[in-house]
Parts: sequence; structure tokens; C-alpha cells
Amino acid sequence: MRLLIIRYFPLVMLAALWEFAARAAKGSFTLPSLVDISIAWFELVKSGELLTNGADSIYRAFAGLALAVVIGTMLGVFMALSRSANILISPLVELFYPLPKSALIPITVIWLGFGDASKILLIFLGCMLPVTIGAYNGARSTEQFLLWSASSMGAGHMRMMRDVVFPSALPELLNGIRTALALSFILLVTSELIASRKGFGYLIGLYGSGGIYDAMFATVLTVAFLGFFADRGFQMVTQRAMSWRE
Amino acid sequence: MAGIAGMSLLDPPRPGSSALAWALYYVTWLVTRSFTIVLLLVVWEMIARSGTVTRFMLPPLGPVFERMVEDVSSGAFFLKTSQTMFRALTGFAIAAIAGILLGMVMVRSAIARWFFEPVISVGFPMPKIAFLPIFMLWFGVYNVSKIGMIVFDAIFPVITATIVGLQAVGREFIWSARNMGAGPQRVLWEIALPAALPQIMTGLQVALPIALIVAIATEMLMGGTGLGGAMLEDSRMADSPGVFAGLIEMTAVGYCAIKLMAVARRRLLLWHQETQQPAGIMFPRKRRKTR
Repeated sequence: MRLLIIRYFPLVMLAALWEFAARAAKGSFTLPSLVDISIAWFELVKSGELLTNGADSIYRAFAGLALAVVIGTMLGVFMALSRSANILISPLVELFYPLPKSALIPITVIWLGFGDASKILLIFLGCMLPVTIGAYNGARSTEQFLLWSASSMGAGHMRMMRDVVFPSALPELLNGIRTALALSFILLVTSELIASRKGFGYLIGLYGSGGIYDAMFATVLTVAFLGFFADRGFQMVTQRAMSWRE
Repeated sequence: MAGIAGMSLLDPPRPGSSALAWALYYVTWLVTRSFTIVLLLVVWEMIARSGTVTRFMLPPLGPVFERMVEDVSSGAFFLKTSQTMFRALTGFAIAAIAGILLGMVMVRSAIARWFFEPVISVGFPMPKIAFLPIFMLWFGVYNVSKIGMIVFDAIFPVITATIVGLQAVGREFIWSARNMGAGPQRVLWEIALPAALPQIMTGLQVALPIALIVAIATEMLMGGTGLGGAMLEDSRMADSPGVFAGLIEMTAVGYCAIKLMAVARRRLLLWHQETQQPAGIMFPRKRRKTR
């Protein structure tokens, strides 16, 4: 506990600095104090606004990410196992991987409008390639002799996939998913800020243009810490899943 | 360069084979590499013409290419690209230099490490684009806030990569350099930094796409000139050939930027083991798998 306090003390210092700066700069510079922001945050939670909009945002991010993980993993493993699949898919992966993903926002708006579906499609398209590349690199690095011994012990294709290829692909795959998780938040917030009627980005835009800055800061910080905790949670799950490796 | 993705129907001929064998290999390589892309364009054209979707949702290739030719010949493309790349690369350069310096300081000084470590471990996974409205509030909607946002997003991978790289430098190198009379400055510049360069380059290769994504996102959110700003403008005008032309242009620009970065990596690391191996950038040569 003591160690934790010493470790994270710099964050406390920064918070104190913020509070001090906010009080000193009152009027000349827009920086609401942390106390005001926390009050605004509790009011947002009490009115339910933060929770309903947050639920919408999380639903979009989760649906898009889940699609990206399932389809991206299948594509990546398929590319690693079959040469013809690789020849077909890898030029597309290589071509679209460098595309700045935010460029997809106007496209998904043209296709599906401003609602949930366009955000889910955006997050799916933007997050799929890191997952695919992770699964591909992971599956490709499967030890050849493990496959040989599995097949000599009578494992069929499905068994080999489940018991040999998938576990050896897992570390790289999880790395790819972690990148995708970070990307999903970026795409979610950007697309919601550009055009949306609900969600975190909508709330930020609404309070920002209304000049209610403490509520805006409260929402921004909520999104930021949500992203942080999602990453930490994912890392904990990863360590659990990887505990069989030494 | 042929082996970038290492994928072809034919395996590369042995060294010393006839010129014909090599020519055949390169032609097959080119055909297999471009096959899917051609297929994608054909499917696009077929769907656009079949009338299952409106021309607004998927314009035929003709108008899109016309638009791109117009963009290039009028110079608008170069103007937009230079504006976007100016911001992306300025932000990237600031993030690279500041990130490497901060990483170096954090490796050298325990106090700096104590102060910045929690800040970085909390700041890295945060979706920093959410802070954009705050940047707008403070720095306006022009270059300062856009470049600031790019630096804020791109600096974290550089810092962590620098720290990891410097910490992994073999002690033997540093000891022998000291033994031969090198001072701390020389050890840093001539031993530690070159030895950490592969890791640092990896960090920079992560930071560059982030800089591009954020550059385009900031243009879309704050308005203004550049590739992203023009694309959003077209989308507001319901000008879908313009939007799709913008998508192709951005793909091309992103592709070139990332390829150039990979080339720079190989040039800078010519002396390093990884360059000696015939490995690809994203897809090192695949080991055939028996099924």
C-alpha cells in the first residue's frame, strides 16, 4: 500500500498542480478546478446522462471490436495455413494497413448514416487489421515439430487447430487485440465527436459548445480513464490466459 | 524489394539461375501481388453498376478516377498532402526528439523515472483524442492545437521504446567502451544509442501511423485544410466521388510514408543483424506448413 502511494505520488502532484493552476488562472484561462469537475461528474452520473450515453458508446465499441476479433483472427489463421489464401489476402492487408483509419469515418457515414451501425462498421474495419496481422504472425510461428507430433499422435485438422496452432498464436494475437482495443477508443470518440446524437463524444461536443466546461472536462476524463482501465483489464486477462507459459 | 511479402506462386530461383528464371519469378510475383487489388476494383465497378446500391453510396470507378486526375493536375492534391504531412511530420519529429530525450533522461536519472513512470503508464493507454476539445479551447483550431495533439499522441510509444532499448544494451559493450577510456558522453552517443536503435526505430514505426491518424482526425474535427479536411468537406456536400477519391489518395500517402520509414530503418540499421537476414517488413518469408 505504502509502495503504491510512493509510486503514484507524481500523479497526486500533477493533480495538485492542476488545482493550483485552475484557481490561479480563474477568469483568464479556461481550466475548471478538479473540485468543480468532480461535482459535475457526480451530477452527470446522478442525472443518468453519463451512464446512458456511456452505455451507447461501450455497446458500439464492444460490438465493433468483437466482430474485428472474430473475423480478424479467422482471416489471419487462414492466411498462415493456406498459401493461396495468403496470396489472395496479404496484398489487401498490406495495402490497407497503412491507411490512416480515421479516413474511414466519412465512408461509413455515406454507407450507414450517423447511427450505431456506421460506428460499429467503422470500429470493425479499423480494428480488424491489427488483429489479422497478430493472428497471422502468431499462427505462422507455430513450431513445425509440434504439428508433426500432434499429427503422429492422431490429431485431426480441427484438433491441431484448437490444441496446437491456436495456443501458439495466442501471445501475438493478444498483442494485436490490445492494439485494436486502443484504436477502437480513438475511432469511437472521433466519430462521435464528428456526428452523433448520443455517446461520450456527443456529450463532450454538447457541453463544449454550450460552454459548460466542468461537465465537458468530466466527460473527457471519464473516457480517458475508461480507456486506461480497459487496457489494464485486458492485460490482466492476458496474463491469466498466458499463465501456462513460463 | 521483391520479397517484401515473400508471397508468390513460385519460389525464388536459386542464386546463379538464368535471367529467364528470375524474369519469370518477378512477373509471377507482380501478377500474384496485384491480382487481388485488380479483383477488388472489378468487384467495386460491378457493384456500382449493378444498381443494388445508389451511386451516392458507391460511385463507379470512372468519376472517382476523373476526380483524382483533376485533383493531381490542378495541384490540389499536392497542396492538401503537403498541409497534412507538414502537421503530421512536424508533430512526429517533435515527438521523436522529445520522446528519445525523455527516455534517455528516464534511464539515467532515478528521480525522472520516479516522476514520469506513473504518468506514462497512465497516459499511454488513454484515448488521448478525447482531449481534443480541450486543446481547441486552449490553443485554437489552427496548427498549434493540431500539432500539439499529434505530439501528445505519438510521443508515448517513442518514450517506452527508448527506455526498453537502452535498458537492454549489453553491459559488456558499455564496460569495454569504458575500459578503453570512453567518457559517459561517448558511451551514450557511440555505444548505448546505436545499440538501442532497433528498438527506438520500432517505437518510431509505431508512432508514425499514429501521427497520420491523428493528423487526419484533427482536420476532420476542427475543420481546415488538408486531406482529412477536404474529405469531410466533400462528405458534407454529399460529393461521394470526392470522398472515395480522398480515401484512395490517403491510402497512397499512408502507404508511401510507412514504406519510406521501413526503408529508413534498413538504411540506418545496415550494420545490424536483422538487416542481413532476408526478412520482410510485415511478412517475413513464410515457412511452409504441411497440412
